[in-house]
Amino acid sequence: MTSATSGEKQQDWTQPAAMVVPKGGFFQDRVEQGRYGPIFPKTPSCYGFSIIAKIIPGREPVFYEYARNIEKAVAAQPEVLAVLKLHYLRWNLFEIKGETYFQYMGIFDTDFDKYTEDAIGIFTASGLNTVFENLEGFPKDWKTNASAFIKFVRDHQRPSFLEYGEYPFVSADEIKKALKLKAAFSNMLDQMQ
Amino acid sequence: MGGMLEFDDIQHILLTRAPALSGRYEFLSFRNPAGGRAWLSAIAEKVKSASTMQASVDQDKSWVTVAFTWNGLRALGLDEASLATFPDEFRHGMVARAEMLGDTGENHPNRWVGGLASADLHAIAILFARSAADRERSECEHESLVARCDGVEVLSALDLEATPPFDYAHDHFGYRDRLSQPVIEGTGEVPTPGSGAPLQPGEFILGYQDESGPPVGLPQPDILSRNGSYMAYRRLQEHVGKFRSFLCEHGKTPEEQELIAAKLMGRWRSGAPLVLAPEKDDPALGADPQRNNDFNYKQMDPHGYAVPLGSHMRRMNPRDTAHSMNRRRMIRRGATYGPHLPEGAPEDGVERGIAAFVICASLIRQFEFAQNVWVNDLNFHELGNERDPIIGTQDGTLEFKIPRRPIRRKITGLPAFTTVRGGAYFFLPGLKALRYLAALGNIRQPGFRIEREPS
Repeated sequence: MTSATSGEKQQDWTQPAAMVVPKGGFFQDRVEQGRYGPIFPKTPSCYGFSIIAKIIPGREPVFYEYARNIEKAVAAQPEVLAVLKLHYLRWNLFEIKGETYFQYMGIFDTDFDKYTEDAIGIFTASGLNTVFENLEGFPKDWKTNASAFIKFVRDHQRPSFLEYGEYPFVSADEIKKALKLKAAFSNMLDQMQ
Repeated sequence: MGGMLEFDDIQHILLTRAPALSGRYEFLSFRNPAGGRAWLSAIAEKVKSASTMQASVDQDKSWVTVAFTWNGLRALGLDEASLATFPDEFRHGMVARAEMLGDTGENHPNRWVGGLASADLHAIAILFARSAADRERSECEHESLVARCDGVEVLSALDLEATPPFDYAHDHFGYRDRLSQPVIEGTGEVPTPGSGAPLQPGEFILGYQDESGPPVGLPQPDILSRNGSYMAYRRLQEHVGKFRSFLCEHGKTPEEQELIAAKLMGRWRSGAPLVLAPEKDDPALGADPQRNNDFNYKQMDPHGYAVPLGSHMRRMNPRDTAHSMNRRRMIRRGATYGPHLPEGAPEDGVERGIAAFVICASLIRQFEFAQNVWVNDLNFHELGNERDPIIGTQDGTLEFKIPRRPIRRKITGLPAFTTVRGGAYFFLPGLKALRYLAALGNIRQPGFRIEREPS
């Protein structure tokens, strides 16, 4: 298992890659166990989740209010979500047969299991709880009941069946390092003039 | 709930360290509940609280601690409703958590010794003693107690000895130990410089406020969980011959070899931290508690030029470079076992190592997190292909990177310097809880009721 995992790491980032994910989201012959259960596999587009849940009817305004708050929170404290090792987050609201559903998609560099407790802390700190508390079936004691929180997330996770990466397996930190290096080089060239 | 620490109910091991140079762990199985409770009734008299320990420690020759696996609580006759209130990871036990903990390959529970992987493991009696003679006395007393209790069986035992030189605590590899321990609010203990503020007691002792608020989800009834804690036991064999050969292979001079040893740990073997003594060992610094823990990483060593990002110390306590650090702290107790391997002597094949306990209020949030993420995550700090060089799961395919200007040094094919030879999760009850468990067979149990969180 060690060599398989390190093999993934050494994949060539210059070669775009696609990966079929089996139905159910796991490669049954190599499911890694986390503290709170099996871990969804890393793919060329890193780790991620897509949580889809029905919202409590009439609560849409809370979601828009929340969006404004998150924008402000990140502007005021850019590191607020750092622990989650994110690339991107996307939030959607959409309707099916007159009922409103919420979709929350994230792409990040670590499996969710590892930093679960930190994520729960961030939920409170960033006000993310305000949207989850408006989803049907979200556990009321989530702040103190990590297992119930995780069960909700797992129950509403819709694993992808195909993932693609233009620069597979590259972490956000590596990308930021590369950009910093580029900036440092430009600066160096400026200094040489 | 919460309030002042009940020092007279908390087992001494949680708050104090016995001045022991010797000891013995006895691993027990209860073939019938009444026999187990008879053993517990008798031995509970010997278990000191933190307050009695403080009063008598200078006269004491030996100290007793007892703790139980989940199967052990059941074997004593605890009812199913109460057993179900314990957290999943404790109920499942360390063996069931092996893959997630990294106990695979040579470390797999199938290879564990002493019956520790067996569901018959019910309890541990920790007998610490001032000297080998005191240990023998304590061992004899315990032997005769076991003989008097029907159905109580010793699955195995492990003798502990400090390794020379005895003037400071260190392991078989020679690293000074006990340098960084959390301090609990309300104990009056003053943290050494750099050790951070005292932590809320609920991080280590059940029934008190923790770093995120009032206690929740405690095992029931309250009398059973109050002033208790959890202990993760690890018996780690240290391959001293292999470790010393590795140092010789990667360092040309004794000085270079010492530096390699220091880079793996994050401290010189003297205890001097590399952040404060990056080039040359400073034994006086290592021995001085006012200075030897007084550093951080974010400002003082962000790139790991002093302490490599993947070194043992930087993984086990990332200080200001980890989130929610106060929710991840652990108390360590334990001792070394096996004979000292003198410097220059060839590996003799005799097992030696550390038999240690990690004490915390939540095994999953503290011990298992440290083991799963800090110790064994290949990608900790973006390292890509590393695990903890001292206690990580190593199979010879991983590397260890030492940041250095202009170019880092990379050691490939890192061997396993340690092997897990056994382990278990124990519940460490308070003194009243010990008496409650001992009285389980009596007709009326005082104060028993199941409390649930309001939903």
